[in-house]
Amino acid sequence: MALPTISTAEPAVAPRDQPPVNPTPRRLWDSPYRRSQFLTAMVFLAPWVIGLLAFIIYPIGYTVYLSFMRYGGFLEPEFIGLDNYTRMLNDGVFHQSLWNTLYYTFFAVPLGVVVAMALALAMNQPVREIGIYRVILYLPSVLPLFALSFIFWALLDPNAGIVNEFLRLFGLNPPNWFGNVHTAKPALVLMAQFGAGQIALVFLAGLKGIPDSLHEAAMLDGAGAMSRFFNITLPLMTPVILYDLILGISLGLQIFTQPFIITGGGPANSTNTLVFHIYNNAFRFGGNMGYASAMGVFLFVVTFLLAYVVFWTSNKWVHYDLS
Amino acid sequence: MATTTARTTPEAFVPQEKDMRRARRDRNIRRFNQYILPRIILIIMSAIFILPFYWMLTLGLKSNSELAQYPPTLFPHDPQWQNFRLATEAFDFWKYLRNTSLITGITILGAVISNPIIAYAFSRLEWPGRDRVFMIVLATVFMPFPVIIVALFDIYSRLGWINTFAPLVVPMFFGNAFWIFLMRQFMMQIPRDLSDAARMDGANEFQIFGQIILPLCKPAIGVIAIFAGLHAWNDFLGPLLFLLKEDLYTLALGLTFFQSTSTYDVQFNLMMAASTLIVLPVIVLFFLFQRAFVSGLTVGSLKG
Repeated sequence: MALPTISTAEPAVAPRDQPPVNPTPRRLWDSPYRRSQFLTAMVFLAPWVIGLLAFIIYPIGYTVYLSFMRYGGFLEPEFIGLDNYTRMLNDGVFHQSLWNTLYYTFFAVPLGVVVAMALALAMNQPVREIGIYRVILYLPSVLPLFALSFIFWALLDPNAGIVNEFLRLFGLNPPNWFGNVHTAKPALVLMAQFGAGQIALVFLAGLKGIPDSLHEAAMLDGAGAMSRFFNITLPLMTPVILYDLILGISLGLQIFTQPFIITGGGPANSTNTLVFHIYNNAFRFGGNMGYASAMGVFLFVVTFLLAYVVFWTSNKWVHYDLS
Repeated sequence: MATTTARTTPEAFVPQEKDMRRARRDRNIRRFNQYILPRIILIIMSAIFILPFYWMLTLGLKSNSELAQYPPTLFPHDPQWQNFRLATEAFDFWKYLRNTSLITGITILGAVISNPIIAYAFSRLEWPGRDRVFMIVLATVFMPFPVIIVALFDIYSRLGWINTFAPLVVPMFFGNAFWIFLMRQFMMQIPRDLSDAARMDGANEFQIFGQIILPLCKPAIGVIAIFAGLHAWNDFLGPLLFLLKEDLYTLALGLTFFQSTSTYDVQFNLMMAASTLIVLPVIVLFFLFQRAFVSGLTVGSLKG
């Protein structure tokens, strides 16, 4: 997968002259220098190759294998063909969890881009004490997700929480956020925005990379702030936005910790997510490791497809010139 | 300005009273747009983003009776500093802290050993297909970990690793895509002549790595150590899956366990006091190493 935002070319500082020992090696084994470089590289690479095989490739293969088995963890796996997959078709809780996960991802990720962009623009203001604001806006994203979950549980609590108290000041009648089928998912989406500081810093680095001359030229042509943002800043940020969207989709589909801690999947399964359902089937209600593996395969395919769709549309909206 | 120039300029150019008023108004608007408006927006944003910390600390300092008040008080009227001590006694805080610290320490060790070695192969050695293989490294960033949790659990239980720290720390000795990338970007900035000169002098790659490149990479290794430590300290799913004995719990699990055992009478104040204690090292670390945090995030996010 080609990552547009990440340069794999060597920086200009590293001169690409020929190695000093043998200047014109044609093939790998013709030159002792290149041969030794290759063999040394394999030694240095060994930990990564072993790790990739042992902790990623083999478990993926084993997941696919288990997805065709009836397996409870104790007896030997028993081949049952596509039963685990057809079971997904009839599992109402699975459908609910899929809907919840997609809902969360479709709202939290694009909203995250907007919030992060707003934060980055704010962090880029020429104010003397800007460092303080940057720290405050970034700080929530270093918090562990489990701790943030506990804090939000308290923040949005109908009795001990401050958010509802604040909303009542405006005469609103705030809901019991995590206790209501209609508001639990939006509450999770809002909560996710507190991690936007991280990507905002990446955006900020991008903003600072835009040459001032571009903005000055546009200003001379009479372009206002809005017009400059949409015609200069935003197009130049699209490579970073693409990277954030793809990573965000992958992370969004994995949502687990927040519902596990705050809602336990409730109320009425309204925050039961794919990974939560996998966890419940494999470890909580026990014995459905084959079925949980099949859902794992499904999660993998959904992640890949969504990332692929975003990536596929990217040549319509991502601009690589000048960046 | 206007009064001093008035004497030397011809009559026609003397600024009229209404021009001066307009100029003053324009200047005020410009000043407002430049100094006041950004600050108002930034302060509102900051207030929202600091709210979680504020409420965590406020609830953590409330007494039981103040916690029961409705509507909730906006700040602790009688701060109960002993809540922090009570929180460490309400659940086995020190034991969980020991477990978490051990996992964090070994994770950092594994990360700072493995990632520079792997990154060296991707940045300072020439071999065919290198940059294409590196794409595989980057692709693994997007691999959703929960896909394989069932398989991993079964593999680890066959190895006898369940209820040990091995599933959490052993993989750290085999590199992590993000940190390999970070290290590689750093190593690529070191001039090639350095390695070539050492090669001329008859040094082998292992000597060049250990004696020349590695010492130059100390800043990047520091960044990796911070991120690896943060990863271990903040991890929830890993310990939840592989540590099933209460004796082995991390702080994250301990806090969750404490929450689930006190369902009837949720002790928000002790929960939040405990959360504060768990979050505090992260915040302190952040303030000590702000620069490293930012450089670790923004490395390679743009070209160059």
